[in-house]
Formats: sequence, C-alpha cells, structure tokens
Amino acid sequence: MIVMQGIRKEYRMGENTVAALDGVDIHIKPHEFVSIIGPSGSCKSTLMNIIGCLDVADEGTYLLDGQRIGDYTEDELAIIRNRKIGFVFQQFNLLPKLTAQENVELPLIYQGMSARKRHERSEEVLERVGLLERMEHRPSELSGGQQQRVAIARALAGHPSLILADEPTGNLDSRTGAEVMALFHELHQAGNTIVLITHDAGIAAQTPRAIHIHDGRVLEPADRNEVII
Amino acid sequence: MHLKQTIAMAFKAISANKIRSFLTMLGVIIGVMSVIVLIAIGQGTTASVTESISSMGTNLLTVTIQTRRIGGRDPWNSAGNSKGTVILELDDILELENDDSIAHVSPVVTGSLTVKAGSTNTTASIIGVLPAYAQIINQGVQSGRYIIDADVDNRSAICVIGSDLAEELFGTTNVVDNTLHIDGRAFRIAGVLESKGTTSSGSSDSSVILPFTLAQRMLDSTTISSIYISAVDSASVDQAQTVVENFLYKKYQNESNYSVMNQTQMLEAANETSSTLSLMLGGIAGISLLVGGIGIMNIMLVSVTERTREIGIRKAIGAKRRDILLQFLIESVVISGLGGLLGLGFGLALMHVLESYLGMTLSMSAGVAYLAIGFSMTIGVIFGLYPANKASKLRPIEALHYS
Repeated sequence: MIVMQGIRKEYRMGENTVAALDGVDIHIKPHEFVSIIGPSGSCKSTLMNIIGCLDVADEGTYLLDGQRIGDYTEDELAIIRNRKIGFVFQQFNLLPKLTAQENVELPLIYQGMSARKRHERSEEVLERVGLLERMEHRPSELSGGQQQRVAIARALAGHPSLILADEPTGNLDSRTGAEVMALFHELHQAGNTIVLITHDAGIAAQTPRAIHIHDGRVLEPADRNEVII
Repeated sequence: MHLKQTIAMAFKAISANKIRSFLTMLGVIIGVMSVIVLIAIGQGTTASVTESISSMGTNLLTVTIQTRRIGGRDPWNSAGNSKGTVILELDDILELENDDSIAHVSPVVTGSLTVKAGSTNTTASIIGVLPAYAQIINQGVQSGRYIIDADVDNRSAICVIGSDLAEELFGTTNVVDNTLHIDGRAFRIAGVLESKGTTSSGSSDSSVILPFTLAQRMLDSTTISSIYISAVDSASVDQAQTVVENFLYKKYQNESNYSVMNQTQMLEAANETSSTLSLMLGGIAGISLLVGGIGIMNIMLVSVTERTREIGIRKAIGAKRRDILLQFLIESVVISGLGGLLGLGFGLALMHVLESYLGMTLSMSAGVAYLAIGFSMTIGVIFGLYPANKASKLRPIEALHYS
C-alpha cells in the first residue's frame, strides 16, 4: 500500500537548511492498521503531509497504492488526495456552516458524484459510524466524539485506499477517545488500511504495528520491517 | 465539480453572513438603482421635451432676441451700434402676418408671480400673449373665453388660467368670473385653458395667460425678447423662416442678435441637451457602481482570509485550484448579481415614487434592465477575480494550520 524509500524533506530556516526527514523507509501493506509514533518535534506532521500527498518529498520514492507520487502539480495531488486518501484530523476540521451530511458529502462533490448518489453514500457511511440520526446537525451541535466520527465518515465516503489519521484522539477525553479507537479497529476489521499518527504510546500500543520515528528517522527494528514486506 | 453545486454553495455562504452580504451588496444596489433611475429621468425629460415641442405643431417658429441691458455695452456688437438700441415694437412684428406664408404672430413674455385666490396663494408662471397665441400653440379654452384684441389694447385686468392651477386655488375648474390676485392686483378670470397634460417646460395647465401689454408691465419687461410665429402649413415653414430672418436682419443688421428656430431645430437642440444630460447622469451613477465593485473586492479579500482554514480543508479532501477559484468567483458574482436585481427592484420603486413627485412619466426599457444586471455581474467577475485567485493559490498545508 505504502512504499517509502529514502524520503528526505528539507526546510530552509534562514540561511540553514534543516532536514526534517532524513532518509525515511516505510512499508505498509494493504489492510494494515499501523501507528506512526514519535515525540513532538520528530517531524511526524512532515511525514504525514507527504504520506497524505499534501506535500512532496525532496528526495526518495513514494509509492501509494502502486502509484508513484512524484513531481505532480497541485491539482494532480488534489485528485490523488480526493480518490485515495481519507483524512482524520486532530481538530476534526469539519466545515462549521455545513451539516454533518453535507460535510461527509464534500469529498464526493469534488469527485463529481451526482446528488442522489452522494446522499446514498453519505447516509451509508454516517450509519456506519452510528450518526445517521444526527446527520442534519451542524458540528457545533455535536459532541467532540460525534464530530470526530463525522470526520471519519467523511474520510470513508470516497472509498479511499488509505485512511490517514493525525492524532485523532488528541482533542477527546479518554472515554470518547476509546470509542473512536474502537471504531478504527472495526474499520480495520472490515478491511480498511489505516495509518494513525500519534505521540501517545498508549494509543500506539493499541495498533497491531507501530513505527517509531525520531529526529526524522525511523527507529523501527529492521527485521520487523522485513517481515511484513 | 458541477456549476449548480458551486452556485448552491455560494448562496449558502452568502446566507450564512446575511448582514455582511447585504452591506456588500449595498454598493451595487445603490449603483444600479441610481443608474436606472437617472437614465429613466434623462429619458423621461427627453420624451416630455420632445412631446411638448411636437404638441405645439410642426408649423411653429420660435424667435429669440438677445435683450440688451440699457446702458450696458453690447457684447454681441463689439463694433458698437451707432443707431443705439433697436427695440422691436409690437406693430413692427405684427406686419409679419401680412406675409402669405405666415399665419399668426404673437410675442411672448414670461415670468413668475405670486397668485392668490381667497386665502390660498402660490407661485405660478405668467405668460403674456396676443390672442393669436391660442392658434399658434393649439391651445384654446375649455370654458369662458380667451384673451381678445381689446384686452391687449386696453390692458384689461383679465386672465385665462390653467386647469390645474384652478383646481389648486379654487378646488374646481368652474372658476370663470372669479377674481384672482396676481402680485396684489385683482384680475377677473375670463376663461380656463384646455388641459394639455404636463410637459417639461412648465405645465401650461398650471400657468396664467395675460394680455401681452399688461403682462409686460406686471413683469417689468419693456422689450420683446421672444416671438412665436406659425406658418400657414408645414410646407411653408421654410419660406416663413426666411421671411422672419430677413425682417430681423433688416432691423438688427447683425445675425447674432437673434435666432429663429423651427420645430425640427428645436427638437434637435433639446435632444442634444438631454442626451448630454443622460450621459452625464449615467456616468455619475456608473462611478457609484464601480465603487460598489471595489466594496465587493474588499469584502471578498477579508472573506478569503477568514476562510483560510475552510480552503485548507477543502483542498485537503480534494478541491482543485479551479474548484476554489470558481467557488469564490461565483460567490462574488452572486453577490453582485443579487445586488443588481435588488437595485433594479428598488430603482423601479423609486421611479414610481418620483413619477408622481416630478410629474413626468418614467419608464425603463428592458435593455436598460439587462444592461444593469449584466454590468453588475461583470463587476462581480472583475472584482472577484483577484480575491478568488488569491484563495485558489493558498497551499493546503499552510491553510490547514491557519487559525
């Protein structure tokens, strides 16, 4: 599903360039549920941006679902994000003026799906996360856990190859956080590929596999990496 | 992404911020409103001037004579006229009637004075004429009688008044033989004029007709500065004009002291004036529309900044540059288009109010309506393009982390 080799990403800070990612190799198979864990400042979000095709690496190769993510234009990356990736953010990132259903339909609108199909699909995924009866509510009328479940429904709606979650429980209390994690486990059982980025070892421990990164490098034991390829 | 979907989204965004959207639209609303109202006033003026000129018939010639200030130096005759001031006498100009091509001649003196009947008083326009004036402008009396030659000779204190004025002062048009005080002097009302409807050059329905000789005294006018002449028929107009011009040249020896205009020339002059007026009014209104456009751009730029996070989210889940560009562009076009429509509605309402107030018929052609809407939407595109482009260029990562 994800094959990363020698990924480097540098940032210019004043006159110096700082390597945020310094040769990262990651392999994730389809239907896996993997967490990427590292302390804050370990450039997890830079890695997430590259995995999520929000940014491209300076060096190295990245294959997503067999497709090489290289020097694409911004619009081409937008299409890839739209079709292949479902994002779940720490801040939920729902549009406050839209209802839950409209939020879920958003990626489908950009896919050019017809209104009738969008309604069907959004109801399907909202039912999947158990919020069908709240689909007319706006984010401000929903609890944090419910908002995150709407965000998960939105991520699922476009049938992505990969669900990419960035600290999905970071803004939730432990009980609703556990509910959201349970939902991820269900989705994993149902065959979805999930990458969860976190700084919380407790969360990472709940996933079948954890990739540790530190100072822009992967600390995961090499042997285990080989096992799954 | 479907256009329909984008338009629906634009309406949603606009209705989410109703007061702000309305204030943004206000510039366009006022712009469109003023454009259509001012154009209508311009056209209405043209129409009523045209109507009032043509209602006087095609046989009419109008003579205007430059009046000289007594003792002042004549600017039109810088060489100095050794013969002194030429004053036209009434008898001189009446000789013109002897020509075959000329039917009637009447000097005209106009002014405005206070008229009073009982306790009601108002200011009315006073027109001093000879009896022939009724034939020249095709306006007789509906009751009573018109001015007759004896009134002119005797300077009789009688008057003929317009029907609107009669209504205003007496509450009825049945006022023959009543007394009217003009500038403190008592006049007997001899007749009431036929109604001609309102025209731009002061309604004859609200004016007072006096014998020429008396009107000259009332208005302190000793010279004849305006003469109305009618040709026997429209074919004789050119000949009559030549006769009058020759007559005046003999008197003045200088063409710049007078002008003789036939109705075609009057119409041309009037149309030229009113089209210049329309253009000027439309131009001023156009500037306000432009200011409205700048207001839209301003608010759209604020909106882009405010919605940076929304743009980031949309881009993260797959919106292309074009999608964002279109979204903001359509939003500004919808704002300006709605503003245009509202401006059109308010403009029509305002025209309705002004119609009775100005006493003229204001109409708006469909062409002007389409133009106003089209122009305001174009303004939306032009002034929305920069903010929309700015929005579409935001990088998703930065936009997502914007707070």
